[in-house]
Amino acid sequence: MKLLIKNGRVIDPAAKRDGAFDVLVSEGKIEKIGEKIDERDCRVVDAKGKIVAPGLIDIHTHLREPGHEEEETIASGTRAAARGGVTTIFCMPNTHPPLDNAPAVEFVTLKAKKEGVVNVFPIGCITKNSAGEELAEIGVLKKAGVVAVSDDGNPVMNSQVMRRALEYTKMFKLPVIAHCEDKNLSRNGVMNEGHTSMVLGLRGIPRQSEEIMVSRDIMLAELTGGHLHIAHMSTSGSVELVRQAKKRKINVTAETCPHYFTLIDEVVKKYNTNTKMNPPLRRAQDVAAIKEGLADGTIDCICTDHAPHTEEEKNKEYDLAPFGIIGLETMLGLVVTELIEKKVLNWADAISKMSANPARIFGLEGRGNLKPGSIADIVIIDPKRSYTFGANDFVSKSRNSPFTDFPLRGFPETTIVGGAIVWPRNAGTNH
Amino acid sequence: MALQQNNLLGLEYLDKKEIELILETARPFKSLFTRSIKKVPTLRGKTVVNLFYEPSTRTRTSFEIAAKRLSADVVNVAVSTSSVVKGESLIDTGKTLEAMKADFMIIRHGMAGAPAVLARNVHASVINAGDGFHEHPTQGLLDLYTIREKKKRIAGLKVLLVGDILHSRVAKSNIWGLMKMGAEIRVSGPPTLIPPTISDLGVKIYYDLDEALAGVDVVNILRIQVERQQENLFPSVHEYIELYQMTKERVARAKPDVMIMHPGPMNRGIEISSEVADSPSAVIYEQVTNGIAVRMAVLYLLSGNVR
Repeated sequence: MKLLIKNGRVIDPAAKRDGAFDVLVSEGKIEKIGEKIDERDCRVVDAKGKIVAPGLIDIHTHLREPGHEEEETIASGTRAAARGGVTTIFCMPNTHPPLDNAPAVEFVTLKAKKEGVVNVFPIGCITKNSAGEELAEIGVLKKAGVVAVSDDGNPVMNSQVMRRALEYTKMFKLPVIAHCEDKNLSRNGVMNEGHTSMVLGLRGIPRQSEEIMVSRDIMLAELTGGHLHIAHMSTSGSVELVRQAKKRKINVTAETCPHYFTLIDEVVKKYNTNTKMNPPLRRAQDVAAIKEGLADGTIDCICTDHAPHTEEEKNKEYDLAPFGIIGLETMLGLVVTELIEKKVLNWADAISKMSANPARIFGLEGRGNLKPGSIADIVIIDPKRSYTFGANDFVSKSRNSPFTDFPLRGFPETTIVGGAIVWPRNAGTNH
Repeated sequence: MALQQNNLLGLEYLDKKEIELILETARPFKSLFTRSIKKVPTLRGKTVVNLFYEPSTRTRTSFEIAAKRLSADVVNVAVSTSSVVKGESLIDTGKTLEAMKADFMIIRHGMAGAPAVLARNVHASVINAGDGFHEHPTQGLLDLYTIREKKKRIAGLKVLLVGDILHSRVAKSNIWGLMKMGAEIRVSGPPTLIPPTISDLGVKIYYDLDEALAGVDVVNILRIQVERQQENLFPSVHEYIELYQMTKERVARAKPDVMIMHPGPMNRGIEISSEVADSPSAVIYEQVTNGIAVRMAVLYLLSGNVR
């Protein structure tokens, strides 16, 4: 049956469209967009007062399957995505075993087809076992379907290996996603180095441990011409380095996450381990710089770095708790609350950074827009709705979020993947 | 008057009035020590557990004696022989002790914030006996007590802390306490051992110890961990001695009636010369005695809040 979304404000940045339109979906694709579409025998969703946008693409998640299904599975992670208005996720390869070989990648893809409710594109490892020594079989990984390579969490410390990765991936047009961290400089650190770490007596991670590697990787991108994509930027220095690199036409793109434009390191007080992630929360100046970088286009994408961990792993001494927070369900709300309502970004630019830009940067055909013929991945947003998540409200298997009870605006009301409503189940009426 | 909290996690969280209350309460307890019966029945029937995840002689013994002089029952959990080596978490250990109806849990732990984690998960009063590089509040209090006893005041005194400020929970608690009581605080050590953000707390940083010593009323010398040399925080013990050892010549730069303190255990011949440690200006053993009185005061004041 066809699907008709009526009376909404359609925002499709890739088509430069923003206005009152109806959207007709058939056979999983956008059939038509028009001012008034009348169609019989279809399911109708009334989007009056709502925003109709391309489904969100989250290019940085950890699904934990295979290996840590107690934290998240492909089934639960994709449902958390659907709940958050996210229709496509890229999953990081640091599973057990890691996605450094084709069968592992195919396992994720097949499992996602069978049990997932949103599109899942795996990211492959840069090096075998993400050990930073020998390149993984990147060509074979590409054939198996990876959209990028990354040793996320295990930065490639050897500059020669990183150079080869940026060079070799050029023939596949695969971006290399860099988790920028000088591990020697950040060693044993658990939070941002500064006043708060001093007062709390926690070992600090200086901003420079990120910026040194951003700087190195930009230079290697310049040397090789490879496509460098910088993961989860958290500091003012990183933003400035990328801004300058882009001016010099170096092939670099960048992302950040909602927590880096919302929270500062002072929230670590009381040793709440749901404030522990890597890179860590920084200072107010960094939050301001991240917002500036988003506003002037230096930062191309907003993603979650969704990193589920169980209550047992997180409820312990700050030093012992693992890094990472969940984010799929709160990303849109934080973007609306912290960026759109605070006039950092307009709706079109905000949506671009979670749809059109990732689709363009990672070469996803027919996604990230609502043009006729494109795949019907759509989110319907209630821009005015205020809400919060309680600790038990998450669809994700884990609940390690610093945004529990955080006041949010902008609710992902209905999520449509390939023309099918995946969240909530009972949306729309037959007509 | 009572303390506002059920726990003592750090001096950062106490106000000046509460610190004064603890110091005042400690005074009569100290006067007990010269009597033939040093014990009072104040905490009879209460159970105090010493939960030490790091080795400690003086702090653990001091808490034990303090609790016993208040007639509490004291249990020492030696972590190396406990269920922790079987993988039990801090929270489960805390809940197990709670099930045994412990009224106080005194915790020493290598990780900052561990007492806060414990306190969130048990009803017993938690006393921080030193957590990582965070705080060691009863050490801070006993240092304040000792200064006030000798100098009759704290406000306006020039107090110098020497050594590894970065890794020192003693320094942190001293700074919070002294600051709230109105002292002027200086720190001295190599830049690798002094976080520059410490000046945010109103502390003045001196890399040159001789300059730092000029005109000070109190010098508190911190223990240097010789292993820090391996992290390249200073090039050698020899160089540390050269630049930062407290010698008789250096002490002469301070006020004539300067007080020399050390939280112990001392590395004689490294951060402090024996000549200084054993000089009449040194109050190192009085600090130990006062530690018991101050810890009795803390236990007593918190017992009013035991739920």
